[in-house]
Amino acid sequence: MSPVVKIQDLHKIYESGEVPVHAVRGVSLEIQRGEFIALMGASGSGKSTLMNMLGCLDRPTRGTYELDGINIDELDRNELADLRNQKLGFVFQGFNLLARTTALENVELPMLYGRHRKVSMEKIRERAMHCLEIVGLANRFDHFPNQLSGGQQQRVAIARGLVNEPQVLLADEPTGNLDSKTSVEVMGVFQKLNDQGITIVMVTHELDIAKYCRRNLILRDGVVVRDELVADRTIAEEEMQRIKAAEAAAKLTHQAKPGS
Amino acid sequence: MRRPLRRLLLPLATGLLFLGAWQGVHLSLSDDLRFLLPSPGMVGDAWSEHRDLLLRATVNTAQGALLGFSLAVAVSAGLSILLSLSASVRSCLYPYLMALQMTPLPILAPICVIWVGAGLRSVALLTFVIAFFPLVVNTTQGLIATDRNLVELFQLYRARRWQQLLLLRIPAALPYFFTGLRIAATISPIGAVVAEMNAGSSAGDGGGLGFQAVIFASQAKYAALFATAATTCLLGFALNAAVLGLAWAALHAWHDAYERSDR
Repeated sequence: MSPVVKIQDLHKIYESGEVPVHAVRGVSLEIQRGEFIALMGASGSGKSTLMNMLGCLDRPTRGTYELDGINIDELDRNELADLRNQKLGFVFQGFNLLARTTALENVELPMLYGRHRKVSMEKIRERAMHCLEIVGLANRFDHFPNQLSGGQQQRVAIARGLVNEPQVLLADEPTGNLDSKTSVEVMGVFQKLNDQGITIVMVTHELDIAKYCRRNLILRDGVVVRDELVADRTIAEEEMQRIKAAEAAAKLTHQAKPGS
Repeated sequence: MRRPLRRLLLPLATGLLFLGAWQGVHLSLSDDLRFLLPSPGMVGDAWSEHRDLLLRATVNTAQGALLGFSLAVAVSAGLSILLSLSASVRSCLYPYLMALQMTPLPILAPICVIWVGAGLRSVALLTFVIAFFPLVVNTTQGLIATDRNLVELFQLYRARRWQQLLLLRIPAALPYFFTGLRIAATISPIGAVVAEMNAGSSAGDGGGLGFQAVIFASQAKYAALFATAATTCLLGFALNAAVLGLAWAALHAWHDAYERSDR
């Protein structure tokens, strides 16, 4: 099968400052359907720039990018925006949920615009509810973001990213605002989605988060310096059981103390 | 003590203390100076003596204040949306909006009288002028201070500008709008009273609290003046409470500041 993402010798040069910044210096990459990739690197390594280009938010200065067989170089601004809506889902570090709006309505948002305008409200609702089910929050559909925990908010955001049935789900530091236990919860959702065949690319700083993915790419100074499959992959479900066992043990010792 | 009870009793206690101190100062004055500070009891007596007059005046002032206030809300809502569209629009209009606010009401009052005649219409117009500025400034600020991440999210999903305005910017601006509304509700009765002093009319029982204050002052009825001041305060409180209730109803479900009403 053809790769869903095919990048050849991609460059990005920012000319805005006094000195042009060569943020990405020749990256070639193929991403197959069903992959789960962590994009790693220090700040300034070019990973955010590469992510922006993958997300069609920014155009490369040089090189080609084919998304699902379509060369984005041949598209005008509107066509590119349409392609982005059809093929890509986004998850952000800060969740970016609308405050006054229930979980379900937040998930519906991407369908209220663009090509979905002809779809009936019932269909939209049904589809959004299905996505909330996937992330395990169907029972919270009528909650406002301030009534949900950080991990639950990020899961709502993931459901929103899924609602357009994207080819690739792009996540920018999705666990950056979460504590370690909640991060495991969110990574568990990503692993479940990936097991169902959804392609995921995420940017992360944290090595232990990257170990939940199947393939790790490390960038330095705008080039890929390492590209390897994760050997001993962390499984979120097992990790969660370990955390719960540790918590239970801590509780037992805590309860034993006052009596002794 | 339970919280709601304490919140009711504490201000009541300070109020009684204040009245006591007031009475004390009144009694400490020599007989020939006591007219300078009538005792709370004398103010109460003056209020019941002029009750019908004051109540009718309150209704008249409330009319002018509410009319001006409502006009300010309606105009500022539209103007804020216009101002939020671009920085250039703001640059064009802001200095002149400020100029309007800088002009003292007593100077505007005679101009108003020439244009629309003395009485309710002038009072409402002048109240509008003074209540309008905090509303426009706050609401505009709310409309342009939307979380950048959310704006980018809307652009990402190709939301149209009106969708962005309706689904994102206006809801996000509501807390700012209500802040402006509270300020406007506080100054509207003051504006109306000042307007009545300068552009009021007593034709057809139309005199308001400001008009009444001028008459009491000219008759050296100082206790009645204090009673008029207290009545104006109560009017302001009533308007404020109405706005607070409205803000709570609109925001408590989702805005953090209203999440727990007893905080």
